[in-house]
Amino acid sequence: MTNSDAYSGDAPVSTLKSRAGSAANKEAAQDRDWSIASIVGRTITVNRPRQDVYKVWRDFSAFPSFMENIEQVTQLDDKRLHWVVAAPGGTTVEWDVVITEDTPGEVIVWESVKGSGINNTGRVEFKDAPAGRGTEVTATIVYEPPGGDIGRLIAKLFRREPKIQVRQDMRRFKQLMEAGEVSTARRYRISPQAN
Amino acid sequence: MRALTWHGKHDVRVDTVPDPELINSRDAIIKITSTAICGSDLHLYDGYIPSMQSGDIIGHEFMGEVVEVGKGAAHKLKKGDRVVVPFVISCGKCFFCEKNQPAACDNSNPADTAQMSEIAYGYPMPGAFGYAHLTGGYSGGQAEYARIPYADYGPIVIPNGLDDEKVLFLSDILPTGWMAAENCDIEEGDTVAVFGCGPVGLFSIQCAFLMGARRVIAIDHYPRRMAMAKGLGADVLNYHDVNVNEALVEMTGGIGPDAVIDAVGMESHGYAIDNILDAVKASMFLATERPHVLRQVIIACRKGGRVSVPGVYGGFADKFPIGAFMEKGLTMKTGQTHVHRYLPKLLKMIEEGKIDTTFMITHRMPLEDAPKGYKLFKDEQNDTVKVVLKVQ
Repeated sequence: MTNSDAYSGDAPVSTLKSRAGSAANKEAAQDRDWSIASIVGRTITVNRPRQDVYKVWRDFSAFPSFMENIEQVTQLDDKRLHWVVAAPGGTTVEWDVVITEDTPGEVIVWESVKGSGINNTGRVEFKDAPAGRGTEVTATIVYEPPGGDIGRLIAKLFRREPKIQVRQDMRRFKQLMEAGEVSTARRYRISPQAN
Repeated sequence: MRALTWHGKHDVRVDTVPDPELINSRDAIIKITSTAICGSDLHLYDGYIPSMQSGDIIGHEFMGEVVEVGKGAAHKLKKGDRVVVPFVISCGKCFFCEKNQPAACDNSNPADTAQMSEIAYGYPMPGAFGYAHLTGGYSGGQAEYARIPYADYGPIVIPNGLDDEKVLFLSDILPTGWMAAENCDIEEGDTVAVFGCGPVGLFSIQCAFLMGARRVIAIDHYPRRMAMAKGLGADVLNYHDVNVNEALVEMTGGIGPDAVIDAVGMESHGYAIDNILDAVKASMFLATERPHVLRQVIIACRKGGRVSVPGVYGGFADKFPIGAFMEKGLTMKTGQTHVHRYLPKLLKMIEEGKIDTTFMITHRMPLEDAPKGYKLFKDEQNDTVKVVLKVQ
C-alpha cells in the first residue's frame, strides 16, 4: 500500500497529490469495490525494538490510550475485533474489524466487515530504523468517505480532518511507547479547565 | 495557590487558582521558592504571542522544593529535594533527547499543540513551561506550585548551601548564554562581538571569556547594561554614538570579529508569530520579522567566521543578507537551548565560583508584586536588567 500504479516514484501513497493522488484514490476504491476512497497515512520512528512495538499495536486494547476517538477495542476471536468509537452527544458507533494479515514484527492489516456503516481498512508496517534508531512504523488508513446524511454524521465523528487525526494518534502512540505516557498539559485530575 | 495569570495585553494578575496535581507517572509537583521574569515573558505581556488563553500561568525560569513525586520519577527525585527546572520540557527517551538535543524533544508537546508547530516549522517542536499553547500550554512557574512533567529527566538537584540566586538562572538564561558562546567555536586569540547586553548577552560575554576569547566587544545603548558588560571585561560600543561596523573593523586590525552573537532576536521589535501562522495558512511568504540585528551580525562577522544566534526568531526574515553570508563563507548556529545538556557542568562552575550569576539581578520582589515587576521590566529597561520574584 505504500506503492501505487498511479505514481512511479518512491513516495508513500499517502503523500501523493493532484492527479497522482486522485489516481491512487481511484485505484484504492477499485481494489475494494468501493465507490470512492481516501488514503491517509503517517510514518513515525519509535525508539524501541521492532518486536516490542509490534506487540503493543497487535494487542489493540491499547488503542484508546492513544487514539482520540476510539473508546474501546475488544478481541472477539483470533481474527475479529469489535471497535467502539466516540460520537457527538456522548453517543457511540460500533463496528467489527477483521484482521486479514498478521506477520509478527512486520505488518498488521485489518478491514471493517461489510455493513459497518463506514468502510475502512488499516495497514501498519514495522521496519528497523537505521543505525539503531528503533522502529519505523507506517500506518495507512484507506476509507470510503460516505455521502449524504451518513457522511455528515461520520464527518462529525472525527473531530478533525482524518489526515490530522492520524498524525496526532501516531504522535500519541510514539509518546506512549517512548516516554511511557501520553504528554498532557493538564494541571488537575478532574479538570475545571481541561486541556 | 497564588499564581501570576495572563489575561491580555498588559494585564497580568496574581490570582488564587487550584493547586496543580500529579497527572502522569513521571510527574513531580514542586513548591516554588524563586522565579524570574524573562525578556521573552515581555512578549506575552505585550500581547504579541497568539495561542495564549486568559488565566494561563506564565513564567519559565523557576526553582523550588519537590513536594510530590510520581512513581515514574521516584528513582531520580524525592520529597524535599531542591531543584532547578529547565524551561524546555523533554522526555529523555526519543531520538533527539538521546542525541543530547533535548530542545528538539519529539514527545513533550501534546499531540494537538505539536500539530500547530509542525504546520509552522515542518516538524513538531517540544513543550515549554508558561509559554502559550504553541509549546503545549503547560502552566508556568510564576506561582506557588508547578506540575513538572518528565521530572526524572529535567530538574537538577541543587546541593544545600547554594543560594537560590546563584542557581536560578540555570533554568534558562545561563545555559542559553553558554550555548551561544559554545556555538562560536572559539579559538585562541579570537575576538567575539556580542550584540545586546540583556541577561543572555551578559552571560554570553562571561561564557565567551571562559571559553578562551581574547577579547569581547559588546554592543548596546543602555548605560547600566553596558556598565555590566564592561564589568565582565568586555569593551563596549554604544550604537547610538558609534558606527558599529567601522568600529569593529578598526578594533580588530581590519580582520573583523571571528565570531558574532545576536543576543537580541526579533523580540525587541515584536515577536509576531501570529503573522507566521497567518502566512502559513495563506501559503504566502510574508515578512514577519524586522531582522535588523541578524543582518548586522552577518555583515559584522569576518570572512570564514561564525555567527551564533541565541536571539529568538519566530517567522520569516525579509532581506536576509544571503550574499554576505555565502560569499564570506560564514557558519551559523542557533536554536532554543539544550538546557539539560549543560546543567551538571554549569552547576559545578557555579559551585567553584567560576561563574557569577547574581550581578545582573537589579530587582527582588515578592510574587504578589509580579505585575509591578512586569511593568518595570517593560518601561525601565535601563534600570531593570533582571527581576527575581521570591515566593513564600
